[in-house]
Amino acid sequence: MLALHKKKRDFVGTISIWIVRIMFFSLVLALLLLLGKIVAQGIGTISFEFIFDDPKNNMTEGGIWPAIFGTIAVTFIMILLAVPLGVCSAIYLNEYAKDSFFTRIIRTSINNLAGIPSIVFGLFGLGFFILFIGRGMDEVLETGLLFGQPALIWASATLAVLVLPIVIVSTLEALNSVPKSHRDASYGLGATKWQTIKNVVLPQARPGILTGTILAISRGAGETAPILFLGAAFFLPNLPVTDLCIGDYCIPMINPAKQFMYLAYHIFILATQSSNPTKTLPIQYGSTLVLIVLTFLLNITAIIFRYRFRKSLGRL
Amino acid sequence: MKEIKIVTKDLNLYYGNKQALKNITLNIPDKRVTAFIGPSGCGKSTFLRVLNRMNDLIDNVKIEGEVSVDGVNIYDKNIDVVNLRKNIGMVFQKSNLFPKTIYENIVYGPKINGINDKKTLNEIVERTCVQSAIWDEVKDRLNENALSLSGGQQQRLCIARALAVEPEIILMDEPASALDPISTAKIEELIHDLKQKYTIVIVTHNMQQAARVSDMTAFFYLGELIEFDRTTKIFTNPSKKQTEDYVTGRFG
Amino acid sequence: MNEQEQEFYSRSTDSKYGKKIHKFTRTKESLIKLFFTLNGVAALIFIILIFIFLFKEGFRALEHIGLLDFLYSSRTAADGTTKTIFEWYPTSDDPRFSLVPLILGTLMTAIPATIISTIFGVAAGIYLSEVANPKWKEFLKPLIELFAGIPTVVIGFIMLVIGASFFNDLLHPDNRLNAFVASIGLSFVIIPVIASLTEDALHSIPNDLRMASYGLGATKWQTISKVILPAAFSGVSASIILGFGRAIGETMIVLMAAGNAANITSNIFLSVRTMTATIAAEMGEVSQGSDHYYSLFFIGIVLFTITFILNLIAEIIINKMRKKNTF
Repeated sequence: MLALHKKKRDFVGTISIWIVRIMFFSLVLALLLLLGKIVAQGIGTISFEFIFDDPKNNMTEGGIWPAIFGTIAVTFIMILLAVPLGVCSAIYLNEYAKDSFFTRIIRTSINNLAGIPSIVFGLFGLGFFILFIGRGMDEVLETGLLFGQPALIWASATLAVLVLPIVIVSTLEALNSVPKSHRDASYGLGATKWQTIKNVVLPQARPGILTGTILAISRGAGETAPILFLGAAFFLPNLPVTDLCIGDYCIPMINPAKQFMYLAYHIFILATQSSNPTKTLPIQYGSTLVLIVLTFLLNITAIIFRYRFRKSLGRL
Repeated sequence: MKEIKIVTKDLNLYYGNKQALKNITLNIPDKRVTAFIGPSGCGKSTFLRVLNRMNDLIDNVKIEGEVSVDGVNIYDKNIDVVNLRKNIGMVFQKSNLFPKTIYENIVYGPKINGINDKKTLNEIVERTCVQSAIWDEVKDRLNENALSLSGGQQQRLCIARALAVEPEIILMDEPASALDPISTAKIEELIHDLKQKYTIVIVTHNMQQAARVSDMTAFFYLGELIEFDRTTKIFTNPSKKQTEDYVTGRFG
Repeated sequence: MNEQEQEFYSRSTDSKYGKKIHKFTRTKESLIKLFFTLNGVAALIFIILIFIFLFKEGFRALEHIGLLDFLYSSRTAADGTTKTIFEWYPTSDDPRFSLVPLILGTLMTAIPATIISTIFGVAAGIYLSEVANPKWKEFLKPLIELFAGIPTVVIGFIMLVIGASFFNDLLHPDNRLNAFVASIGLSFVIIPVIASLTEDALHSIPNDLRMASYGLGATKWQTISKVILPAAFSGVSASIILGFGRAIGETMIVLMAAGNAANITSNIFLSVRTMTATIAAEMGEVSQGSDHYYSLFFIGIVLFTITFILNLIAEIIINKMRKKNTF
């Protein structure tokens, strides 16, 4: 006789699923506690002066403006270097290059590059940008020791190489998601390759490319290890800015040859090497909160972009 | 018989080492509808794509033999593929409108050919939409997303988009296979109207459709052209046994 | 040739099919192609350069320091006995370059972190893919990914100011900053990696398999544990390998929380020093061109090679899985 009214019991299963559920939510709880702690401790420090003032009194008082400015300057130049190169080489790989052993090697290396420790990129930046390029420029231009030392431009360049795989991979994904039938339609109407890329492929891939760019900014702004010996400074009284003058008209410009303060590095220094770590604790929490807010805003924007992008693909 | 528009002689096509088309020789007449029929995988769609060199976009394709349009061998190395495709329109199996407005879809071709005058573009949109019998349905919503149209409307808009670059030849790759019977009827009616001005080559797996719309029919099987003749002859009195078996539904 | 064909070929003289597009357009197309090719080549050059410069500087360490010296050094004591010592002490007058304590330090933090992260990460992946309400998942998966976006210096800071004291009071470890504290910190970074990739792997299992299992009367947990997890086994293991790679390569957390004493120990509550932290802490002070300087690059080679191999293994596994899952 069939016992359809009997409920099948699977105690082990029910308990297991509950364990999985509890583990997941304990993770979420840990995340919220961590963020909550930073917000609770840091919010009191945040003020207009904290954001826009210089550090005072051996960094035990005052604000963090030079560190914020340095972070923005470094990531800005990083983006200028990484995004055009990354997007264009992704276009080459996806649209122009034929699928061959050679291109497969490039793709594999790019994927792998994303998993190389960031400190190794720091070594590369030191060996290549500062000692090879910088010292080389000094010798050729006979500038003494000007370029061959840690500076903002080398930190930006190194971070650019670090985020290059992120930009390339997300651009490739975005280009790949444009249906082949749309390209066929364009070619069928007598469009050239570049007309097809410019008018059909890129407009559809743009949100995906933008997502990758934002994730790259977030990654760059949060990195500390590779810039430890590439120009990040404990404390600098001046911003890495020099007036660029044409005649009498001067505009302040980021000076890429100078050293700089960096938000993430600032937190590290205050927490581990300051003269009085306990006294600077509020500043440490404040700086951490600023960095967290910055990276989270970038990440959330990227996540929303990606969500919309994928949704619009589903509709097509 | 009418003038010849396209000639192919001893055409062979290989995907890597696999031969997909064998010694195809046929003449396609001007301002007529020519249908390619045959079971799937017989090479009819591949052959259609030979005619505007769409196969160039696939790696590993090798083509031998002659394909001439108006006396010009289009596989000659001096031929400009982009110019060729401008003069041969193509409509695909599934509507592939761009995710842009209806208007932008139609003016895409003229614009990349350098036409930027607003008035000319407007005229092109109206003319092609009227020609493809969709004007009444879209004239009030030209700035809406083209993907908001129904499947049948989208396919007719694809035809309008192809007409906008003023081709002489239109290649259609199973244009109605994804449509309902009413939309299919509209497309067929449209093909009938268009042959006054254009040379049309249509690939279809639907034999009734081939019989209804075409003047000439070519039957392909396993990469070979089995028989090419007037449609009435192919469907009533084919000279090859294989053709007869296929059109009477004994295999396929 | 018949009359009809003669007429056909005679048309070729003024046929528009033989014409070319504007020369300007053609030149422009080739220039644009050249531009993108150059970019592709430039990106490739950077990849090769990373390799070249790391290895060029690192291998110069071998000019003065033997390969074996990176493993151990033998010193003769006053009483004439030879001792084998495993020490990283590059700044001493009698410098010792054994990487053994650094590699062990790396493993002492990375292995516990990977174990913790596997347990929680796989559970989170299962929850997201199989248990969570799809509506919630839309919100919960990005939340986990947001976890991965926290700068590692923030985790290091939290472990330093809160985590260390918390575990100090709870477990009374030998050192306040130790391998255990660091591996908890690392877990914050690795869990999202494993969770996200596990979710991808489980999600890619065709729904037919679930339906087949339910159709045979299996419960949800039986379906997960006996059908879904085995089917996604390679994907899940790839995610764990990638997580392990991340744990080995992470710098800031171990630099701030592991205590940085180069102990050779199996006691997780002692301070340890990892390869990454050694580079980070010493590269700033080292004089360029010294043995010490090149030996730090040599550590870079070791790190690069280990993570490269781990990533490669994971990629091969994932590619195999993709092939298997496409029908």
